[in-house]
Amino acid sequence: MSVSHIAPAGTAAPPPAAGTAPRAIVEVRNVTKTYAGGVEALSGISLEFPEGRLTTLLGPSGCGKTTLLKIIAGLIPASGGQVLVDGREVKGPGQERSFVFQDFALMPWASVLRNVAFGLELRGVARSEREAVAERHIARVGLKGFEHKYPHELSGGMRQRVGLARALAVDSKVVMMDEPFSAVDEQTRRKFQEELLELVAKEGKTFLFVTHSIEEAVYVSDRIVLLSRRPSRVSAIIEPKIVRGDDPEKIRRDSAYLDAVEDIWQQLKRYLD
Amino acid sequence: MQTTDVAPTVAALPSVREASRLRDILIHPLVLRIVSFAAVLGLWEYAGRIPLSAAFPTFLETLVGLRDIAADGSLGKAFLITLKPLLIGLSVSVVLGVGLGVLMGLHRPSEWLIAPIFIIAQAAPLAALIPVLTFAYGIGLTAKVLTVCIMAMPVIVLNTLGAVRNTPQSLLEMARSFLASRSQSIRHVILPSASPMIFSGLRLGSAAAFIGVILAELLITPTGIGDIISYNQSVADYPKMYAAILSIIVFAVLFIELLERIEVSLFRPEKRP
Ligand SMILES: Nc1ncnc2c1ncn2[C@@H]1O[C@H](COP(=O)(O)OP(=O)(O)OP(=O)(O)O)[C@@H](O)[C@H]1O
Ligand SMILES: [Mg+2]
Repeated sequence: MSVSHIAPAGTAAPPPAAGTAPRAIVEVRNVTKTYAGGVEALSGISLEFPEGRLTTLLGPSGCGKTTLLKIIAGLIPASGGQVLVDGREVKGPGQERSFVFQDFALMPWASVLRNVAFGLELRGVARSEREAVAERHIARVGLKGFEHKYPHELSGGMRQRVGLARALAVDSKVVMMDEPFSAVDEQTRRKFQEELLELVAKEGKTFLFVTHSIEEAVYVSDRIVLLSRRPSRVSAIIEPKIVRGDDPEKIRRDSAYLDAVEDIWQQLKRYLD
Repeated sequence: MQTTDVAPTVAALPSVREASRLRDILIHPLVLRIVSFAAVLGLWEYAGRIPLSAAFPTFLETLVGLRDIAADGSLGKAFLITLKPLLIGLSVSVVLGVGLGVLMGLHRPSEWLIAPIFIIAQAAPLAALIPVLTFAYGIGLTAKVLTVCIMAMPVIVLNTLGAVRNTPQSLLEMARSFLASRSQSIRHVILPSASPMIFSGLRLGSAAAFIGVILAELLITPTGIGDIISYNQSVADYPKMYAAILSIIVFAVLFIELLERIEVSLFRPEKRP
């Protein structure tokens, strides 16, 4: 399989236009999950993820956000219900989905270049071709010059950039991120959030994002799905109508932003006791 | 205040720098290793001079003995003889040991079937088994090769098993999310991740193989290095006896060092200087 074969997938997606509702690229239908041992993590989740948007799963710790994301990724099976991606039922991982891991999941014995090219390597893309693609994505996440470094030589923030570049390099339609910024410091985190907004605007990819942080969710999301405590259900869907101008700092002072943060906080508060 | 503060610092600087340079030299790995070797050899020389026992030569006497057996060619010939069962036994142990270890690591039922054999072999007193081996296989090469295998294989097998089992779950999940087949996961993730621990098993196994081959040569029939040891013991030429022991130890250490070099250059690019 060649890269050019994979390439059209992501770029074909239409940019999210205001007003027109984009089609749902990921559909979650009545999904339940009970782990061996009897822990009921998800109880009947139904959700749609609109194409070209960033949708965030937000909810109390242990409510099943990772579980839901991994079911959509095809990494763990659901106990009931089904997930459709692009109209096809998910039976396992697929080319149209890629994952960014909370703990980075980089191979310590492989250079940055090989880590980023790994998805393409597994697909049998020729070395020169996949390394050219990887180099482009490494440059794009701001790691030019680090191609031949190893993960232990990088900071946490840089490692997560490698994880992001690896997910982008396979050019999937849907990118899933499980608390990708939770292991980096606050400054890096804010920078990442700004870059993520830029990425969503430019790529036309669909992003599924998980976070603990209400501020982060409101800042980066087009759509926020609030999950209740375990066994979790969808408790609310919020679409902050934030005008995203050129100045990323403005967003944090935007009244729509502040209102959404407050609104979500009020709703999540009841899960605290 | 400020000037008096600065002046002594400037004066003190060169000596501080010199001291830290001296410390750098003193804690250099090579220096520390030489110090360690020198201490052991010094202690040996001292113990030989007390004398600890009439049968314990000094280090310098041993060196003279070493020169004698090296000069008359008997040491070289003995090495060739000893190396044969050692290398055959070690090769079999490495190939079979790593193979079985990987198999058991990937496949639980085979672990339940095979692992107990090696756990027992590891605990069994070899000297007590040798009469059984000679009874079954005679006093030739086979019995000696088997002795080497019994010594070397358990630690190689069990380390390999543990190494494969210890593959980080998140890396396996990562590979799966990028559509790795089972065999790709094994080749690209499980084996590289297991290689440090497999190699530490190989180093321990090699050390055990050296012990095994000398035991076989002392307890089954005196050949090779074992012959030099037991012959010179019987004629009370202790410097030559210890020279043979010393030479096999040095050889074993160099062999294990070589293994480590091979590991780093083949499997651990991130540890290359
Ligand atoms: N492999 C597993 N076996 C059994 N129970 C599990 C397993 N993985 C998760 N759980 C349980 O399922 C529930 C949901 O876990 P999950 O990791 O999806 O939560 P989460 O929302 O991602 O939490 P966090 O915000 O802390 O990351 C938890 O109660 C957890 O203990
Ligand atoms: Mg989680």
